Amino acid sequence: MARVMINLPPRAKRGEVVAVKTLISHPMESGFRVGTNGALIPRDIITLFTCTYNGEEVFRAELSPAIAANPFIAFFTTATESGTMVFRWTGDNGFSTTETAAITVE
Amino acid sequence: MVDSLLSTATRRCLLIRTAGFAAGVAVSSAPLRAARATPQAMQEAIRRIVGEAGLQHGKVTLDVPPLVENGNTVPLTVSVESPMSEADHVKAIHIVNEKNPQPFVISTAIGPRAGRASLSTRIKLADSQEVVAVAEMSDGSFWSGSADVVVTIAACVEDLR
Repeated sequence: MARVMINLPPRAKRGEVVAVKTLISHPMESGFRVGTNGALIPRDIITLFTCTYNGEEVFRAELSPAIAANPFIAFFTTATESGTMVFRWTGDNGFSTTETAAITVE
Repeated sequence: MVDSLLSTATRRCLLIRTAGFAAGVAVSSAPLRAARATPQAMQEAIRRIVGEAGLQHGKVTLDVPPLVENGNTVPLTVSVESPMSEADHVKAIHIVNEKNPQPFVISTAIGPRAGRASLSTRIKLADSQEVVAVAEMSDGSFWSGSADVVVTIAACVEDLR
């Protein structure tokens, strides 16, 4: 299970633009490196990251091998209503991790 | 062709390439190293994103350190000037590069709910090169911004020996 860190303000005013920062532990092996036996190390990356806010998708990113190990992705969203944000990372070799964070809108 | 390759490749990359080639000869089933992306490949990747629409310069700011020591993690922020209203907003932000093994770096889809058209991440760079960000607007226009980065330790091609 990959370690995940999410940073978003726990409370926000209605209509406020909040910063969302996410970090997940993952090697992001590019598939272009040569291992000790001289053969290419197979690719193992996260290919898709999505964020839904109360069921509605607010952010989606398609990742490539050029994203650094332990992908850090930060973006903005508008705090519309109290609820949960669901973050989902999917990738090679059946990798899938989901994390949720709550936000209270006043 | 060989000359231009030699001038862009660092000595280290060259050594690794040679080693990889030798290994490839020894074990014939080993796959050949993929060629590097070129500025032409980047232009092609941008054309794939933009399609028939024209690409205009401006509105997109690419914030990346001009000199990075370690190409394995290069912090990068893209921000696009846009009111982010229902009528006028940024639909997508793409990042491409010149000299990594593949030109494509990241594609993101956002919408008016984002409030601010901005994206931060960390990328790998295999060489000193130009990085380009392309923003797709809701009216179908495309805007781009670019930054030149000098990398002292390259990513991607380092092996584990």
